[in-house]
Amino acid sequence: MNGIHDLGGMDGFGPVPRGEEAYVAFHSAWEARVFALTNAALTRAGANVDEFRHAIERIAPARYLASGYYQRWLDALETLLIERGILTRSEIGLRAGSEGVAAIAAAPVAAARPRAKHPAAKFSIGARVCARNLNPAGHTRLPRYARGRIGVIERNRGVHVFPDTNAHQAGPARQHVYSVAFRARELFGAPAHARDRIVLDLWEDYLELAAIKPVRRSTARKPKRKLR
Amino acid sequence: MSDDHHHDTSLSGPAARVKALEELLTEKGLVDPARLDQIIETYQHAVGPHAGARVVAKAWCDAAFRRRLFADAVSACAEMGIAGPEGGHLVAVENTARIHNLVVCTLCSCYPWPVLGLPPAWYKSFAYRSRAVSDPRGVMREFGLIIPGEVEVRVWDSSAEQRYIVIPQRPAGSEALSEADLAELVTRDSMIGVAKIAAPVGARRKSR
Repeated sequence: MNGIHDLGGMDGFGPVPRGEEAYVAFHSAWEARVFALTNAALTRAGANVDEFRHAIERIAPARYLASGYYQRWLDALETLLIERGILTRSEIGLRAGSEGVAAIAAAPVAAARPRAKHPAAKFSIGARVCARNLNPAGHTRLPRYARGRIGVIERNRGVHVFPDTNAHQAGPARQHVYSVAFRARELFGAPAHARDRIVLDLWEDYLELAAIKPVRRSTARKPKRKLR
Repeated sequence: MSDDHHHDTSLSGPAARVKALEELLTEKGLVDPARLDQIIETYQHAVGPHAGARVVAKAWCDAAFRRRLFADAVSACAEMGIAGPEGGHLVAVENTARIHNLVVCTLCSCYPWPVLGLPPAWYKSFAYRSRAVSDPRGVMREFGLIIPGEVEVRVWDSSAEQRYIVIPQRPAGSEALSEADLAELVTRDSMIGVAKIAAPVGARRKSR
């Protein structure tokens, strides 16, 4: 989904926080508790990590931005426990008092349908690939900033569970994951440094082979002749 | 947002919700509070950047280990007894005179727990997640790190299960230090890529 969580390339969040507080993992005891609770309860609840990530992504954008990191974990954990029928909203509300229970995250939608079924890798090292312009309504790990952009396959990272289906309990759809290097300027234009690169780990379904070389010359000349 | 700073004993907002969840899940036999204590204890004390610092120092001192680390970081770290959740697909990337590496997770907060512990707040901040890919040099400047124009900056956006640790450059003047002393120099920030490692105290004067 094209959600608020997909932050790469956005402006306006100000400088990166520094100072002592910025080096702390937990700011209060409940944050540590929700971390442990999620780690202990998620698998017992029959939910996988992709579903958990997606439950965070389903939090309404305004709430996502206004919440602290572990508040988002708490929202996601409650959402999954309620959706799984392990706890009910009123049960939590009653126990927590009037302030309890977050607005549940938006309902999940259908999973993407996997294309890749290949046991063998489709792309070789050095291949020029284009990140497909995918906009699935469900979970995906292809950031918006890379869609439609061309990069080079640097590494094959082996076969991995496909989050776009796994987050929706629609099967693992295992496929190859590649480290794909994109030139910073390909992604972010001229302000980016000419030497810099961004490497993303992308599933085979996210990629297609790019044209070997741009065929600018032949396509540029033909229409001129036609105009005459 | 202000809920973050509420005092725990007030048990308002998230603190009350977490307490309710823990009670209910315990009553249903889904979690054991003692196990939760154990998880918190592990991540507050046992697991942390000191593990990654040992890996870096060993890579500086032991050429055969260094090769194994870059070929297969999971096995190399396992040799040192370092393994665990979020470390099953660990990758080590090396800073050199020509390449400087920086790690981010723009979509959430993926981070190599077994070597670095849980991510610090700044790593999870919207500011870092948004700009580390589009303006990595600007972000590093905020940390006081200036990367020369002739050096390539390579940003690793942790979009899949691979988790990255940066192996920083060994500082000049550290030749005489033992592996254990070297590990003391290695900072968490340097293993994420927002800092270099300063020359050891005393060495700076010599190298000048």
